[in-house]
Amino acid sequence: MIVKTRLFASFREAVGAAVVELELGPRPSVRDLLGLLRRDYPRLGRALDNAMVAVNLEYVGPEFELSEHDEVAIIPPVSGGARDL
Amino acid sequence: MTFNIVDGPIDVAALAAEVLTDYDGAVCTFQGVARRFSRGREVVHLEYEAYPAMAERKMAEIGDEVCAKFGVERIAIRHRTGVLSIGEASVAIAVASPHRQEAFAACQYAIDRLKKTVPIWKKEVWSDGEQWIGWEGVEPATAM
Repeated sequence: MIVKTRLFASFREAVGAAVVELELGPRPSVRDLLGLLRRDYPRLGRALDNAMVAVNLEYVGPEFELSEHDEVAIIPPVSGGARDL
Repeated sequence: MTFNIVDGPIDVAALAAEVLTDYDGAVCTFQGVARRFSRGREVVHLEYEAYPAMAERKMAEIGDEVCAKFGVERIAIRHRTGVLSIGEASVAIAVASPHRQEAFAACQYAIDRLKKTVPIWKKEVWSDGEQWIGWEGVEPATAM
């Protein structure tokens, strides 16, 4: 399935697009999506390790299972640092 | 009780007026402001980018959290996006309550939470470069 994924700030600039379409297998997890992003956009580098993922406007973990039409967004650390959430 | 992302200047007096009622003896406002010097470099201007739908939802959640935690009932948060000149407010928070203690505490808590959970990013633009803040020490291809 195709998952439209929104990118912001440094990620948007690194990829040169605010939205990318990722083709994933059936019942993909957030971890799968991140793996594909890493492979297709090596410019994101290790920064991706510190990003969070939001699905339908809520933060989710790596095991979260994606559905068609989910609104997926990669959230780089916010100004104050989202890592200590 | 408004929580919104705007792309123009923030009127903090208007925000305070939104939350103030006859029951209140205090209204506490906070503004985050673009400053000239940051970590030893001179900033020309700032750029803020938001994920607006999620940012507004997360700000509203902070509002609910603040009301439950501090017993206040009236709070508004407004964040600006786009290019900001030095001295302009990027964010404003207003909390009104019958007494001042809870208004102060709620205001401080709200800005601390906002910086951690609300998807808004800041780029510092210097005369000789720029950087998205939050990226020091990592290895983004974009930290030019």
